[in-house]
Amino acid sequence: MKFLAYLVSGISLGSIYAIIALGYTMVYGIAKMLNFAHGDVIMVGGYVSFLAASNLGLPPLVSVLIAMCVCTLLGIVIEALAYRPLRSAPKLAVLITAIGVSYLLQNTALLTFGANPKAYTPVVSGTLQLFDGQLSISYISLLTVACCIVIMIALTLFTAKTRMGKAMRACSEDKGAAQLMGINVNRTISLTFAIGSALAAVAGALLCSFSPTLMPTTGSMPGIKAFTAAVFGGIGSIPGAFLGGILLGVIEALAKAYISTQLSNSIVFAVLIIILLVRPAGLLGKHTQEKV
Amino acid sequence: MKKLSISKGTRSDLLTCAGVILAFVVVSALKANGGLNRSQAGMLVPVCCYIVMAVSLNLTVGILGDLSLGHAGFMSVGAFTGIITAMSLAEKIPSAPLRLALAMVVGAVFAAVIGFLIGIPVLRLSGDYLAIVTLAFGEIIKELITCLLVGVDERGLHVIFNFNGSRNANDLNLGAAGRVIVKGAQGATGTQTIATFTAGFILIMITLVVVQNLIRSRQGRAIMAVRDNRIAAEAVGISVTRYKMMAFVTSAALAGAAGALFGLNYSNLAATKFDFNTSILVLVFVVLGGLGNIRGSIIATVVLYILPEALRGFANYRMLIYAVVLIVVMLTTNNPVIKSYRDQWQQKLRREKGREANAA
Amino acid sequence: MTANSLRVLNPQSAWAAEDSAAPGAEKKKTKLVPVVRTSYLPERDADKTPILECIDLGISFGGLKAVDNFNLALGRTEIAGLIGPNGAGKTTIFNLLTKVYQPTHGTILLDGKDIAYSSTEQVNRAGIARTFQNIRLFHNQSVLDNVLIGLHNEMHYTMAEAVLRMPRYWKAEKVARERAMEYLSLFHLEEHADEPAGSLPYGAQRRLEIARALATNPSLLLLDEPAAGMNPSETAELMENIVRIRDTFQIAILLIEHDMNLVMNICEGIAVLNFGRIIAKGTPDDIRANPAVIEAYLGRKGAQKL
Repeated sequence: MKFLAYLVSGISLGSIYAIIALGYTMVYGIAKMLNFAHGDVIMVGGYVSFLAASNLGLPPLVSVLIAMCVCTLLGIVIEALAYRPLRSAPKLAVLITAIGVSYLLQNTALLTFGANPKAYTPVVSGTLQLFDGQLSISYISLLTVACCIVIMIALTLFTAKTRMGKAMRACSEDKGAAQLMGINVNRTISLTFAIGSALAAVAGALLCSFSPTLMPTTGSMPGIKAFTAAVFGGIGSIPGAFLGGILLGVIEALAKAYISTQLSNSIVFAVLIIILLVRPAGLLGKHTQEKV
Repeated sequence: MKKLSISKGTRSDLLTCAGVILAFVVVSALKANGGLNRSQAGMLVPVCCYIVMAVSLNLTVGILGDLSLGHAGFMSVGAFTGIITAMSLAEKIPSAPLRLALAMVVGAVFAAVIGFLIGIPVLRLSGDYLAIVTLAFGEIIKELITCLLVGVDERGLHVIFNFNGSRNANDLNLGAAGRVIVKGAQGATGTQTIATFTAGFILIMITLVVVQNLIRSRQGRAIMAVRDNRIAAEAVGISVTRYKMMAFVTSAALAGAAGALFGLNYSNLAATKFDFNTSILVLVFVVLGGLGNIRGSIIATVVLYILPEALRGFANYRMLIYAVVLIVVMLTTNNPVIKSYRDQWQQKLRREKGREANAA
Repeated sequence: MTANSLRVLNPQSAWAAEDSAAPGAEKKKTKLVPVVRTSYLPERDADKTPILECIDLGISFGGLKAVDNFNLALGRTEIAGLIGPNGAGKTTIFNLLTKVYQPTHGTILLDGKDIAYSSTEQVNRAGIARTFQNIRLFHNQSVLDNVLIGLHNEMHYTMAEAVLRMPRYWKAEKVARERAMEYLSLFHLEEHADEPAGSLPYGAQRRLEIARALATNPSLLLLDEPAAGMNPSETAELMENIVRIRDTFQIAILLIEHDMNLVMNICEGIAVLNFGRIIAKGTPDDIRANPAVIEAYLGRKGAQKL
């Protein structure tokens, strides 16, 4: 029963990673950049929903919606101002800019909200008792897992069926060719950042509901771990990000419970390294060889 | 023509060395005459360490062309092995400079060994996959050191690996004269600070000699060939793994030496100091200084390390300004319009030089 | 006939471009003699081990046989051509020979030794150098450095000797630079030694790639479409150069080329590939007259029209 409890907490933690990873994987797929600022968008999402809920007294759902709107806008603005001018620049220049944006968001948050952690009120509260109270699952866990599955299915359908989704896939494969086919590449990339950032906002609210301390650095580690999850599952692949996120969460929860609390991140990263050595493109990624 | 090309590169290398020597002389003179305040004097050793970190990371990122996000991990290995070496030999080797030198050598050797072990899996990957795996290794090293308990007494070195947090320094069972060197999450405590600015200067000079001479050798050309076109490099008989490893391990060893110097500059040092953010900090120095540009790395390190300190007057806004500077510099240096102007100017310069050479 | 085959070895006549390029002029042809396994070698090389022997070589990509049942022998000083329509598998064969791809079956003997377990760089050290269809120079490095990289395995000093600038370093570097300049002057590139390789015109880049390949001291040189993108006068110069390389270095050259003038004029043996299989092998005259070849290039209808 204990194992089951750890498993459930792992799956719900993994669902948060998966939601972030889904956004990350889409942005990476199209912009081919390690967007280090993604984690900080999560943090912004957390703060916005916190302010909306506690200062304005809005209901949780509305506050999350507001956070999504703000983050969507933020994502579009970041892309347009910081990344778009660097589209033809070397990859490292974009990476450093992303780090700059990450510092900028963190320090803006630090100046606005201070370094003290804020006590975040969970979006939903209460727990579900199963097996005569032997296994208790919080409603927020259930909500997270449900959100994650819905988002995954929605994104899969979106990229597979809709016009914009197809444009996105075309852009991620070959921007030049996509442009020649009449696809507005800039708009498509903007849209991708918008979706990724909106997902980050959702993840931010859920993450803070889980561990109700909100700080300017809240998003950094989950951001890195979500990227790890995306790589885990095969970057650019939507089911891969989902699978990677869940696996990562489960491994982390079980490692914490059974092996070592201090080394839980190390164990997660060690599994990542092993997977990449066996499958260099991740679990569900496609390996491409350079043509000679 | 041929002669010129040899001496041009070497002349540039010598100029870099001369600049470093000059800077050392000027700063030493200032320091001796009380021209530096406490906080400025305190920055001297760390700035030397970060210069070595940046130059060595440039070897991996700029010369080898592999993005490493875990360079601080090697610094960490060097720092803690260096501290343990220096602290455990405190009685046997009374001379502090000698102990410091030995600590740096040990730090370099351990970092090189770890670099080699990590290199075996890492160098099989490429691009962002390699980046994320180096990041992962950096974090793993940090957490492993956080679990480390080390003490020394008359019977020798005692090491405990406290992986589930259930043990503490008392479990080391040290003798009466024993002392704890590394205390888990608290890191190294009570370290004798034997690092000196002169040692930092010497380490920079060694790093410059190693990296610059390596670049202008058959090994260095092979490393750059692998970076520029891996398939062509293989086709002319260059062993890709061998030269990738050579660059990676050299880079790790230098970072280890820098780490040892850094570690022996503080009486208390936790492993969390060498986290992902430190790796990123050094990467920023390298990228802003110019990939593959050794002199650029040094200048960027000095400027960017001093910048936040200089901005202390702005208190809380300094990191914000730092972030904005980072973004603006990247956007302007990579702006296509500015770039084309610069290229035109460089071409004009080259043409004029050619004309002069023809006229002569 | 022996005298005829020697004629090609004579540098002076080989350098006379108009002699080899003039159509209808009585050309001096190499006689091919059959050796093991349906392969032919130039008569002058027939008594020596072939530099390269491919036996039943093949590779499949997920069920598709890109190259199948490929048998070929090359004489030690032979200039041979590999031709065929686009997508026939010519470059794939180069990739198999240099171990960029691992063959799914068959054997490659280099100077009589099996190279099954060698990697690309080991194959190069064993004696195969190549150029690439899409030029693969080290674009940001100088022209001279490109050749110096080719000389990598000709220099012998350790990293420690390099870092400490020991006498062996200086000596090896000096010798290597002189040799590199010699290779460059073979291809009239010495003027550009200090320029970045990427700034050279297309034709010069192709020549530099050949110079770099030669610097690795090969016994077999593989040229992948060396004349692609060259104008007729550059191609004529290239033809001279190829023959001169063979004469000076006494090595075998296998080239892929679509320029039939070049192939028919300088190649002694030609293999024609279609859909991954050799459909004809022989001297230029044999190939010109072979109906299967004409059909492969022009299609059945086109062949009937002729």
